[in-house]
Amino acid sequence: MLQVQNLTLEIEGNRILDDIDLNLDRKKLYVITGPNGSGKSSLAKAIMGMYKPTAGSIIFEDQDITDFNITERANLKIGYAFQQPPRFKGITVEELLELSAKNEGQKDIEICDLLLDVGLCAQDYLHRQVDGSLSGGELKRIELATVLARRLKLAIFDEPEAGIDLWSFQKLAETFDMIHEKYDTTIVIISHQERILKLADEVIVMREGTIAEHTTQDKFLSKIARDADCRCRQGCEKGALYDEVECYR
Amino acid sequence: MKLNVIDRQILDKVADLHSVPQGAYNIRRDGEALGRHSTANIDIVPKKDKPGIDIFIKPYTKGESVHIPVILSKAGMEDTVYNTFHIGEGSDVYIVAGCGIHNPGNRRSQHDGIHDFYVGKGAKVKYVERHYGQGEGTGERILNPTTYIEVEEGGVVELEMVQIRGVDDTKRNTKVKLHKDAKLIVTERLLTDREQEAHSIIDVELIGEDSSAQIISRSVAKDNSKQVFNLNLIGLNRCRGHIQCDSIIMDNAHVSSIPEITARHSDAQLVHEAAIGKIASEQILKLETLGFTEEQAEEIILEGFLK
Ligand SMILES: Nc1ncnc2c1ncn2[C@@H]1O[C@H](COP(=O)(O)OP(=O)(O)O)[C@@H](O)[C@H]1O
Ligand SMILES: [Mg+2]
Repeated sequence: MLQVQNLTLEIEGNRILDDIDLNLDRKKLYVITGPNGSGKSSLAKAIMGMYKPTAGSIIFEDQDITDFNITERANLKIGYAFQQPPRFKGITVEELLELSAKNEGQKDIEICDLLLDVGLCAQDYLHRQVDGSLSGGELKRIELATVLARRLKLAIFDEPEAGIDLWSFQKLAETFDMIHEKYDTTIVIISHQERILKLADEVIVMREGTIAEHTTQDKFLSKIARDADCRCRQGCEKGALYDEVECYR
Repeated sequence: MKLNVIDRQILDKVADLHSVPQGAYNIRRDGEALGRHSTANIDIVPKKDKPGIDIFIKPYTKGESVHIPVILSKAGMEDTVYNTFHIGEGSDVYIVAGCGIHNPGNRRSQHDGIHDFYVGKGAKVKYVERHYGQGEGTGERILNPTTYIEVEEGGVVELEMVQIRGVDDTKRNTKVKLHKDAKLIVTERLLTDREQEAHSIIDVELIGEDSSAQIISRSVAKDNSKQVFNLNLIGLNRCRGHIQCDSIIMDNAHVSSIPEITARHSDAQLVHEAAIGKIASEQILKLETLGFTEEQAEEIILEGFLK
């Protein structure tokens, strides 16, 4: 459903994405992983239209959307949950979620259910403003809910695990499954989390602006199983620089 | 009392009124009283020495409202009015005092409203002042409100001042004196565009022990418009005060935000915060990813900010 072809992105002379080729099939769940700065968010933003590629093209459902702006891509039902969501002074959680569903032709969205899906109690949050009074974790969950409120063909979630506790994680995994089933959404999750990797049909590993590996979940997990002994993995930032294959942080 | 289409439009914008209001009211159009109504507890009396009215609210009047909208519907109208509110001890009232100008011609229309409030012990007042301008003419629409408020012991005054579009020039001067345990909450919302200018001066004296004041000002300046804010708190006793002044600047607008806090007592706690900046591009991007155009996104952000 989505083809990224020879995509190169340069910002101020730096090559952020380098000749990326990527094919996504309908209704699959992909996890993109790889070290910080490897270009995961940039690839997502290029697909969403937030970055204009220097070269290459993006084809969505047989249509060349390389020159489409963000709004046009959103209207083709592509969505992106920001890694670092913005805050909106004066706009409440309820209003933001209503805005999110507004262009979907849905009349009554179940805002309370949406909030529950991301582990927030609706009562406590509906009337709060999406401003500095929310913690980073709360903001992140509301960001996820804005994307879950839509009926998307392609949904990209950028590190959704940040600020999500265990219980909510379980709930979130179920929600991903649900939209997958119910709306045939193709899901891309950018993540470092093993638990999220386990949801994947396919795993894409990025490194220095390229796709280093594109494999099935089974193959990927069996590789990192060998790495389980490494007790430093959780805190290890350099990860992939030292360990060629296994360490995906 | 007969209201025409323009009267109705303006009353809707400045006072949320669709017809003659409930409770006490005084509607002034083009320098003359169009209708007036007193109630058992609220007496509206015209002043003898100058244009304007005295509004007497009996002590312990609860849950009543007073509407005193002003309509200017002719070009070249210059109207100055003096209104005095005597708000009785222990009362709890809602006062709406908007002014709308419909200027159809090319001469300027101006309204200077001078409002005095004496708020009795323990009284609660919510005062809403909305300003609005319309009209196809090129004549300037000018509004210069002056508001003096004195709040006795334990009184609470909530002041909501809103001016969204249509007023070419405004100089707003608000002075408040707070006695013991008195409390003030000011919310100011201002949007200017084109060549409009707005200047808001708010001086609050915290005179009594444990008095408190909170001023939250939010504004948007577009096009070539200019805004100046002088927001001052003076703490003369043990007291608390907080100024928050937040502006979004666009196009070629100018905004000056000059908060000032002065303490003359060691137990005065005063804080000011002022910020000016443009709409964060991330906010626009986020709304675009939800399917809105850049213009729609901007609208949504400004509307939320000024709400
Ligand atoms: N707008 C930008 N301006 C300059 N550099 C950028 C910009 N966006 C991303 N980069 C750079 O591109 C590289 C990849 O960033 P990013 O896509 O955010 O990586 P990841 O999401 O994998 O951590 C980083 O070196 C980052 O500093
Ligand atoms: Mg990232």
